[in-house]
Amino acid sequence: MRAPIPILIAVALLLGACASPTATESPQIKELTVFAAASLTDGFTKAGIEFAKSAVRVRVTFNFGSSSTLATQITNGAPADVFASADDANVQKIVDAKLADGVPTAFATNRLEIAVAAGNPRRIGSLADLAQSGVVLVLAAPTVPAGKYALDALTKAGVNAEPVSQEVDVRAVLNKVSLGEADAGIVYVTDVKSAGSRVTGVEIPEQQQVVARYPIAVVKGSKNAALAHRFVDYLVSPAGQSVLAEFGFSKP
Amino acid sequence: MRSERPPILLAGLAALGIAFFVLPLVGLLLRAPWQTALSDLTAPEAVTALRLSLVVSLAATAVALVLGVPLAWVYARVPFPGRDVVRALTTLPMILPPVVGGVALLFAFGRRGLFGQTLDAMFGIRLPFTTAGAVLAATFVAMPFLVLTVEAGLRSMDRRYEDAARTLGAGRWHVFRRVTLPLIAPSVFAGAVLCWARALGEFGATIMFAGNLPGTTQTLPLAVYIALETRPEVAIMLSLVLLAVSLAILIVMRDRYLRAF
Repeated sequence: MRAPIPILIAVALLLGACASPTATESPQIKELTVFAAASLTDGFTKAGIEFAKSAVRVRVTFNFGSSSTLATQITNGAPADVFASADDANVQKIVDAKLADGVPTAFATNRLEIAVAAGNPRRIGSLADLAQSGVVLVLAAPTVPAGKYALDALTKAGVNAEPVSQEVDVRAVLNKVSLGEADAGIVYVTDVKSAGSRVTGVEIPEQQQVVARYPIAVVKGSKNAALAHRFVDYLVSPAGQSVLAEFGFSKP
Repeated sequence: MRSERPPILLAGLAALGIAFFVLPLVGLLLRAPWQTALSDLTAPEAVTALRLSLVVSLAATAVALVLGVPLAWVYARVPFPGRDVVRALTTLPMILPPVVGGVALLFAFGRRGLFGQTLDAMFGIRLPFTTAGAVLAATFVAMPFLVLTVEAGLRSMDRRYEDAARTLGAGRWHVFRRVTLPLIAPSVFAGAVLCWARALGEFGATIMFAGNLPGTTQTLPLAVYIALETRPEVAIMLSLVLLAVSLAILIVMRDRYLRAF
């Protein structure tokens, strides 16, 4: 049998690689897994970077999705350290499942806005305009917070508008508008801001507004519970609040 | 077939492989609410989604048959330059992430899409958010299954029958319709069934291109996704329906798809 030298080298390298962590005693990087509502995508990404800077060897990874999907994932055992929801109902699911470590903390609020194509070619000025025939309206599904809030706002305005699609989360609504497939969608103020020039926002007057309250909870069983609590503390601190404000969120 | 005692390592790894696929199904079965199965399956949202899924998947299969059988024939019989590349292009949706397919469909047939723009301007036809759009998305991902199966059938058939018909004076179209088509009928059937099954399970391209509205574009898989958060028992029962249909098809068609791919 001939000596398979490349294999021997590979094995040697592999053994070396396995041994190196103990050999050099390099401290482990702490990974914080944050499950957060889709509307928090930009704000939390930035907040995560800032938070990681404040601590040594911390990496924050995110799973963004509709709050209801995330709650389902966590109650089925997904390894989240922190859960930030766009409504109280979904964080309550975690509390009811005895999966919350402590009491959920409100850390931000958000408001609704109508997203329309850049420059508002259909001249949509109010929620009532969404009921006009020929206006292609997209909402989030009534099972996700943004969809529920949108229906609340339409009810307050006494408008009976029929969406052509109930998207799985608020970002999908925004995408359908920014791609030009839909004329309008009801999203959060922060979504319109994050879409930049691709969409235009049409304000919803105060009496028709719905305020979204964002609670955050540390998930019980988190391997990084201390770090998770620090992330929550950071978010409610002036530093965290100013990052969120940059993206259009208001104080809790 | 000669049976063989496998080496222990192979047998062990194979058993792991089986467990990997079977465990999720067992999980689903264990969580299924059997006591309320009937009422869950007859819940309004379930019935609407079942009906729409049947319509969309059957329509997609019909479109795939009309376009796919001729395409398979061309691939099997006409050695044009670049055939392999073209075939690869039309097979792409089989392995492309369906969401990517949905985005691509938007850029082609969406309101601002290459072709969608013309459709809208000239005929006032808009495909996104319509049942026709859901059919288009399902056809896009499912048709390659039919094309590959039919092409395999065409390549393995005995061409002497066609030659005989030709020497007896039959025209090309006549030969295709009266000789080729009956001979490859089993392949066409198998391809259509596989295509239908894939269309039935389509999710990503549909939600991207057609959206999600009960009764219009919310097919079974979309209904499962939405119901999972509000009525998980309905979602599980709908999943089991999809699973049972797919499993039955794979068992019945085992020889067919093994030969085609």
